[in-house]
Amino acid sequence: MSGILTYALHYEGEFNTNSLGAVSEGAKLAKEIGGDAAVAVVGGDDLTDDLCSSLGKYGASKVYRANAPEGLGAPVVDVMAKVIADEGYSYALFGGGLLGFEIGAGLTARLNAGVTMEVTEVKAQDGKLVAVRPILQDSAIVDVEYVSEPGIIIGRLNAFDVQESGDGSAEVVDVDIQLEEHSTKARMVKRGEQRGADVNIEDAELLVAGGRGLGSAEGFELCEALAEALGGAVAATRAVVDAGWYPYAAQIGQTGKTVAPKLYLAAGISGAIQHKVGMQSSENIVAINKDQNAPIFDFSDLGIVGDLNKILPKLTEAVKAKKG
Amino acid sequence: MKICVLVKEVPDAAVEKRIDSSTKRIDRSGEKNLNPFDTHAIEAAMQVKEGGVVEVEEVVAVTMGPESAFRALHKAVSLGADRSIHLTDEALAGSDCCATGHALAKVLETESPDLVLLGQQSDDGECYTMGAIVADHLKMPSLTQVIKMDVAEGKLTCERQAEYGYDTVEVDLPAVISVGDAINEPRYPSLKAIMGAKKKQLDTKSIGDVGIEADKVGSDGSRTTVLAINPPPEKAAGEIIEDEDTNETVEKIVAWLDERKLLA
Repeated sequence: MSGILTYALHYEGEFNTNSLGAVSEGAKLAKEIGGDAAVAVVGGDDLTDDLCSSLGKYGASKVYRANAPEGLGAPVVDVMAKVIADEGYSYALFGGGLLGFEIGAGLTARLNAGVTMEVTEVKAQDGKLVAVRPILQDSAIVDVEYVSEPGIIIGRLNAFDVQESGDGSAEVVDVDIQLEEHSTKARMVKRGEQRGADVNIEDAELLVAGGRGLGSAEGFELCEALAEALGGAVAATRAVVDAGWYPYAAQIGQTGKTVAPKLYLAAGISGAIQHKVGMQSSENIVAINKDQNAPIFDFSDLGIVGDLNKILPKLTEAVKAKKG
Repeated sequence: MKICVLVKEVPDAAVEKRIDSSTKRIDRSGEKNLNPFDTHAIEAAMQVKEGGVVEVEEVVAVTMGPESAFRALHKAVSLGADRSIHLTDEALAGSDCCATGHALAKVLETESPDLVLLGQQSDDGECYTMGAIVADHLKMPSLTQVIKMDVAEGKLTCERQAEYGYDTVEVDLPAVISVGDAINEPRYPSLKAIMGAKKKQLDTKSIGDVGIEADKVGSDGSRTTVLAINPPPEKAAGEIIEDEDTNETVEKIVAWLDERKLLA
């Protein structure tokens, strides 16, 4: 066995940024351990020859294309398991995101393969790959090796940088796939539904983000007032978006957006890993939380332990006064 | 129908977790609790049972873990499960995700559930993967990180957040569904339920009882090995202000922001 098979997710004719990062990483690692840097793509007619071969720009030499339902894990497991069985890839690699977890997990069972998740770095050692992953709320980092091939590597969101390294034309190979019976038993009814207003948080230099600690949807008024005073925008955690307190378009983290503003002021956010991965590159992180043990204080530059209902209104007034 | 809920005992969130440097495994001594995400899975099972759309004969909590893990099962039945199964065997120690998934699938096979529910992640391992691993072994469809689940005869309609927004997916039963914490607000067990938990049937099983071969689990069955454990990169600790006088606190925040030219 040799080489690396990476999964690339696409939607409406465009590849996912995290997938392109994984493709770039796969290409870099394949150079070090030898073998093909291949990519598996699964979907319908929008996977044109041009779109697929464009993955060559990120270093892919071969793209396996299969016609099967998209947006669900099991069909991709079937495709990748077949390609690995037929072509003998040593590793399967995934960028951050929900589908990568599902597909990687399915492959683990199907191929009796080792799996690592939330991987932040992959090292090539003696022709093999070692996955590096933080564990226990990032309080320790472990190096994990695989005792057999193939090995499954599921990256953390934004762990792998997108790098253009190739000449832009990968060979496209069509895979004839017969789905497993259980892979046909989940059907997408509606995909990619946007809920709530469309807000733009990616261009804001100053963000005030609210979490469960705000207590209710009304709590966001405090964030909105402060954001307005600062001249910034309001963002939110997954928990409050799922609870319907704030629009999906404002969500930061694992299944939301990734931001790196000059100021990220987190109000009532505990700082779970799923949130951290979407905002940890912010230049200045300020956190207000009543729980002094909240993980967010481990990676904030300024932490305030206190009641945000008392602090936010006064802070808004003080910012207004300062800015005149 | 029969619902099995996979649960796990994890170190209490308030207790600092550590790695045993000699075994390179999580030190599982100290205070334990039922994985918080699993309480949402039990609640989801109870809501199906009480919802009246389909008839649920029983809800069975299933765990794999050391002897002490029965406490997670007591908690699970106090939250409403009818009985529980504890897979425990020295041969299981040191199992990675691959070996654990195999073992759990073997136990579930003996129960033939129509629906398997579990929390989307565990508080200690942050795995996210167990639902899809178990599902593929059982040849069932699966969906993870589900935040809304409607049950009908023979199928479920589930919602979740995926890469591009909310997805709605229809899944035929039997199926494996991992749930997120937004799916429901778990109930608190009544005192009566807590007291009665010990009286509910709890079956302790060894690997031989459910047909697991010893070389498929534990260290022998694991496909990964931990080579090294390192501390995270040093990051300068941030400044912390305890809010005692809010006016003073706010003054300090404004000065801090101003120093960094964030109020320009």
